[in-house]
Amino acid sequence: MKKLFIPALLAALIAGCSSTPPAETGGAPVESRSGTDVAKVTAGNVDGSGLPAVLTDPKSILSKRSIYFDLDKYDVKDEYKDLVAAHAKFLTANRGFKVLLQGNTDERGSREYNLSLGQKRADAVKKSLILLGAKEEQVESVSLGKEKPSCTESSEDCWAKNRRADILYKGPTGAGEF
Amino acid sequence: MRQLFRTLLCCLALVACGSARAQLSIEITGAGANRIPVAIADFAGEPGLARALTSVIRGDLEKSGLFRLVEADGTGLNENSSVNYADWKGKGADALAVGSLGSTPDGRLEARFRLHDTQKMVGLGGAAYVTSSAQLRAAGHRIADAIYEKLTGEKGIFSTRIAYVVKSAGRYELQIADADGQNAQAALVSKEPIISPAWSPDGTRVAYVSFENKKPIIFVHSLSTGKRQAVANFKGSNSAPAWSPDGRRLAVVLTKDGNSQIYVVGADGSGVQRLTTSSGIDTEPRWSADGASLFFTSDRGGSPQIYRAGPDGSGAQRVTFDGSYNVSPRPSPDGKTLAYITRREGRFQLAVMDLASRQVQVLTDSHKDESPSFAPNGRMILIATEMGGRGVLSAVSTDGRIKQRLSISAGDVREPAWAPFIQ
Repeated sequence: MKKLFIPALLAALIAGCSSTPPAETGGAPVESRSGTDVAKVTAGNVDGSGLPAVLTDPKSILSKRSIYFDLDKYDVKDEYKDLVAAHAKFLTANRGFKVLLQGNTDERGSREYNLSLGQKRADAVKKSLILLGAKEEQVESVSLGKEKPSCTESSEDCWAKNRRADILYKGPTGAGEF
Repeated sequence: MRQLFRTLLCCLALVACGSARAQLSIEITGAGANRIPVAIADFAGEPGLARALTSVIRGDLEKSGLFRLVEADGTGLNENSSVNYADWKGKGADALAVGSLGSTPDGRLEARFRLHDTQKMVGLGGAAYVTSSAQLRAAGHRIADAIYEKLTGEKGIFSTRIAYVVKSAGRYELQIADADGQNAQAALVSKEPIISPAWSPDGTRVAYVSFENKKPIIFVHSLSTGKRQAVANFKGSNSAPAWSPDGRRLAVVLTKDGNSQIYVVGADGSGVQRLTTSSGIDTEPRWSADGASLFFTSDRGGSPQIYRAGPDGSGAQRVTFDGSYNVSPRPSPDGKTLAYITRREGRFQLAVMDLASRQVQVLTDSHKDESPSFAPNGRMILIATEMGGRGVLSAVSTDGRIKQRLSISAGDVREPAWAPFIQ
């Protein structure tokens, strides 16, 4: 019994010497790793309604809210001057109303750079509205970049529809589209 | 290069795979030129759990593209076994890992391993990790990281996490997953887009741009608590957050004073200060890891190009000159390389520039690459790209040889951000 035990012990010792013990480099317990739990949050959404019919009735020019731009262009084309003028006139006559101008781009290129390009389109509309009488505090220009395309195919027709600025309204009571 | 070898990898799972819809699967589409042959012996211990642990380690090493697995099933070895080096050398393995999964007296699991160099015939050390069955994959990643570091000399990234956005019908989710795409969890669910996630240097928070209020607003979101705060919600657009290396401030892009310009705010939203003053677009700021430089995209010269300025935005110098569209600068963790997106013949591709020599290499042959993000060890770059009309993620080694693709069965995956090492 003893004779068997000693060689086994020796072998274990030799094996033990030939390499480093497993625990030497340590390592924190994995389960204590902090920050691995992720809590889920659902973001809210604002719904628009309660605007006067003149802004929503399809027969009213003010129901037209989109201004389209040419490729790599950021100025309001002549064909949209009347539309922008009508919105400026409404804002001048209704100081309690506000607009949010959302600029958009086509899908090509960096998301953040497109966000800045979309901003230029919204800014162009804002500049026109203010020149025509709207007040700075009635108008906010922002960009959705390429994030909210109205058309999702990779074609020139589709891209043209996405090079756009949209006008959203909010009334004096706070009811509206943004 | 393409489809050099396809590997299984879908669910090496042990922990339930989560919802299949949310699961990223990884495919390797390229590998390193000289892969290190390594044998990972089946871990000893309770067969089901030990097998799962072994397959996590093997999967990690194989997917990295730097290792070739040498057959090592049914060896009956553990970390205390004496190793016949000549035998393993004969099988073609330069290294052999052996280990076991046992129980601690308090009922937890303990994963132990030891690595051997069969060429030099020496042990390379080992480690033990106390874990639970729910965290077994994490223990496997730790062991794979240790093996990776011993054999390559650089830190492994198998224990790190990634953030990305999944878009499916009318729904956007900011998800956080392990670097292998497993254990995906939604941190934020929204009906409106989420873009530009950026990890805080300590890996506990993510800054991002959310459109939930009909305009871009920057939030800082604490992952463990779900607490989120709007840190830039000025009139106009708020976008492109980038953390300062000390985690106390964010470089952001605001339009409150007119055109898109770069500002800095406290990570709590305090003390906004303007950094750049140009008449065009300045966006996509990124500090170098040492905080000495601020890279950004600007069209001040007529086309979007990358510039490098001091940390306060002063003294901007143009960095990119080839082509008319170079955007999304990302300095590497060691500060030597710049990854960015370049447009060549109408295709948007990932490129890297050696900042000392200014030599540029285009790393992909795709056409819609976006949003590069360096792994914290600097070896891989994660990008969003498009494959078969769907958004997928792709990880590319900085030498362009190794390529992995991460896709999701239903939906577009985009806006990847690789988390830092967690201390």
